[in-house]
Amino acid sequence: MHTTASATSSAVDLRPEHPAAFPLTVHDLTVAYHRRPVIWDIELNIPEGRLVGLVGPNGAGKSTLLRACLDLVPRTSGEIQIYGQPYRRQRNLVGYVPQRESVDWDFPVSALDVVAMGSYRKLGWFKRVGAVELQNARDMLDQVGIAHLAGRQISQLSGGQQQRVFLARALAQDASLYFMDEPFSAVDAATEVAIVELLRELQARKRTCLVVHHDLSTVAQYFDWVVLLNMRIVAAGPTAEVFTRENLQKTYGGKLSVLDAAAEALRHGAS
Amino acid sequence: MRGMRLAGILARSGPLTALLLLFASSAVWAGNGAASAWTKSLPDPSEFVEILLLQNYNTRLVVGGTTLLGATCGLVGTFLLLRKRSLLGDSLAHATLPGIGIAFMLMVAAGFTGKNLPGLLAGATASGAAGMLAVLAIRNTTRLKDDAAMGIALSVSFGIGIAVLRLTQNMPQGSAAGLESFIYGKTASMVFSDFWLITGVSLCTTVACAMVLKELTLLCFDEQYAAAQGWPTLYLDFLLIGLVIAVTVVGLQSVGLILIIAFLITPASAARFWTNRYTSMILLAGVIGAVSGWFGSSFSALLPRLPAGAIIVLTAASIFLFSMFFGTARGVLLRWIEHRRLRRRVGRQHLLRAAYEILETGSNQPHIPNVSIPFPQLLAHRSWSAAHLRKLLRDARREDHLEPSAPGTIRLSENGFGEAARITRNHRLWELYLIRHADIAPSHVDRDADMVEHILGAELVHQLEAELQPRAAVPASPHDITAAAAP
Repeated sequence: MHTTASATSSAVDLRPEHPAAFPLTVHDLTVAYHRRPVIWDIELNIPEGRLVGLVGPNGAGKSTLLRACLDLVPRTSGEIQIYGQPYRRQRNLVGYVPQRESVDWDFPVSALDVVAMGSYRKLGWFKRVGAVELQNARDMLDQVGIAHLAGRQISQLSGGQQQRVFLARALAQDASLYFMDEPFSAVDAATEVAIVELLRELQARKRTCLVVHHDLSTVAQYFDWVVLLNMRIVAAGPTAEVFTRENLQKTYGGKLSVLDAAAEALRHGAS
Repeated sequence: MRGMRLAGILARSGPLTALLLLFASSAVWAGNGAASAWTKSLPDPSEFVEILLLQNYNTRLVVGGTTLLGATCGLVGTFLLLRKRSLLGDSLAHATLPGIGIAFMLMVAAGFTGKNLPGLLAGATASGAAGMLAVLAIRNTTRLKDDAAMGIALSVSFGIGIAVLRLTQNMPQGSAAGLESFIYGKTASMVFSDFWLITGVSLCTTVACAMVLKELTLLCFDEQYAAAQGWPTLYLDFLLIGLVIAVTVVGLQSVGLILIIAFLITPASAARFWTNRYTSMILLAGVIGAVSGWFGSSFSALLPRLPAGAIIVLTAASIFLFSMFFGTARGVLLRWIEHRRLRRRVGRQHLLRAAYEILETGSNQPHIPNVSIPFPQLLAHRSWSAAHLRKLLRDARREDHLEPSAPGTIRLSENGFGEAARITRNHRLWELYLIRHADIAPSHVDRDADMVEHILGAELVHQLEAELQPRAAVPASPHDITAAAAP
C-alpha cells in the first residue's frame, strides 16, 4: 500500500518494517472521534531529511494525523514512533506549527513573545525567559525575514507575517522533525516564497518536515516526498513515483474539478 | 489635527497616563456624588477625614482588605479573561452558595455555632469545586457546549443554594440570619481574621501567578502548542480554576457571590484597552481592581446605607467605560480618530488625483497645464455626491491645495498641483506593479490600487521605482481613465 524506503534495518529493531532510524514511523494507526473513525490503518515511514507534503481532500484527516503524531488526540489503536521512541520521550526533537486560525491573534503579546514560547520547553518549569532566549527569538524572526516586527502586537501583523511568527516559534525549538499544519494557507506570495526557502534550508540541514498542503499545483515543485491521504494512506513515497494522476484519482475520488486542476498542474510540472 | 496630537501623546505615555486619569476621574466623581445626592446622610467632616485617612482601626481593616482583594481579583481575572473562561468564573461563584448553607446546617447539627466563618468558606470551596466538576462532566460526556454546561451549573446551583438557605432559616437551633450577606456581600462585617485570610490568599495567589506566569500565558494563548510541548494543560487549568475559587471564596464576604465576577473580569477588561502586553495588562488590572476596592469600601464606610459590593462594581464599571473610550491601545476614541484621519487622507488623494486626471485628458501637450476645472466635470469623474465633493473641496482649500477661481470651477494651487502629480504617480506605479507581479487584470487594477496606495510609504515608493523604472515623471495610466467616471 505504501512505498517503504530501502533503509538498512538493524537486527535490534522490533519491527523491521518500521526502522528506528526513521524520524517518524506510524504503525496501524486508527483515530476515531465519537466512534466515527477519521483515519484508519495508517502505515507510514518518513525517511530523514525529506520535505514531505501531506496531501488529501478536506476531511481526509490530515490535521488529525499530525495531531495524533503529537499526542494531541487519543488514538484508538496503533503506535507512533519518533526516531524509534514514543513522542512523549522525544518532544525535544519535534517542532510544531499549528494552523494559524487555531489561536486568537488579539492576544496581548508581541511577535517576539510568541517566538520565545518556542524555548519554554527547554527552559522548564518556573524559569523566566532571559536574554539568551530573547536573542535566539530575534535571530529566528530574522531568519523568517520579519526581525523588524519583533515588538509588534500580533494582531497588527498580516496573515503572512503571523504565519512567519509561527514558523519562527517552531524554529526556536531547534528540532529535527517539524510538523506544519497548512503553513501555506492564505499567505501572500512573498511569504510563500520565504516559507519554501526556509523549508529548503531546513532540508539542507538534514531536518525532516511533514507539511499539510492544499495546493496540488505546487506539490511537485515544493516537496520531494508525498503522502496522499484520504482517511487511509493512498500512497506515500518520492514525489516522482507517487504523485501520479492515478493516485490522485484514488485520493480525490470523483471530484473532477480538483482532478482537472491537478492534471493541469502535472502537465506544467512535466513541461 | 489637535485630535491627532492628543492621540499621539496618549499613545506614547501609555498606562501611566491611564492611571493618573483614573485617579483624577474617580476623585472628581467622588466629589460630585458626595455633594449632590447624599448630602443629608453625609457624616460630619471629622468622620470623613477619619475614614479617608484610615485613622479608624476598623476602617483600616475593611479598606485594606478590600483593596488587597481587588488587586488579586484583577490579577487572577486577567488570566480568566485571556483563557476566555469568564462565564466559568460566574458559574463558580454561584456554585458556592449551596456549600455555605449545607456547611451551616452540618455545623449546627454537630452542635457548633453555625456561623463559623472558616467552616462556611470551606463549604463554599467544596461546592464551588463540585460545580466546576459538574461543568466539566457535562461538557466531556455530552455534546453540549461550554456555555450550555455553565448556564445549567450556574442556575441549578444557585437554585439549590436558595432552597438550602431557606431551610436553614427554619431550623430551630442557631440563627441563620446573615447568611444572605454572602449573596450581596457585606464589607463592614470584616474582622481581623478575615483581613489575614485575604492577605494570605492574595499573597499565595500572587506568588503562584508569578511562578507560572510563562506557563499560564502559553496555556491561554495556544493550548494545543502547550500540550504538544508537553505541558500538563489540564493541571494548569485546574490551577487557574483553583486560584479563581480561592479569590472568589475570600471575596464572598465583601463583594458577594453575584458581583464577584464583575470584580474578576471588569478590571482585566478595562486594562486591555490601555496595553498590548500581557505583563502590563496584569499589573494594570491589579491596580484598577485595587482602586475599585479601595473606593468602594471607603465610600460605603462613609455612607453605611450603600452596599460596598455594588459601589465596588460600579467603580470598576466606570473605569471600564472610561477605558473603553479613552484607552490608548484600543480605545474607541483612538480608533475613531485613526479611521477619520485615514478617511480624510483617502478623500484628499482621490480629489487631487481626479483633478490631475482631468487636466491630463484635457491636454495633449507633454507639459500638463494647470487650468480651472468645472465643478460638474469633477463631480462626474468619480462616484461622489455633490455634498461630499464640496466637503472635500473645503478640506483641500484649508490644506492650501486649491486657489481662488471663477465660480463653479476649481483650480489647483501650485502646491496642490505638485501633490496631485505625486499622488497620481504613486497610484500608477502601484497599478503597474500589480499588473506585472500580481496578475491583476488592467480593468480591475484601479480598485485594488486604490485600497493600498493610501498607505504607501516613501520606502515602498522607492522600491517600486527601482523595480519598474518608469520613463515618464508620471507614467501613463494602464487603463482608460475616462471609464473611471462610471459609478
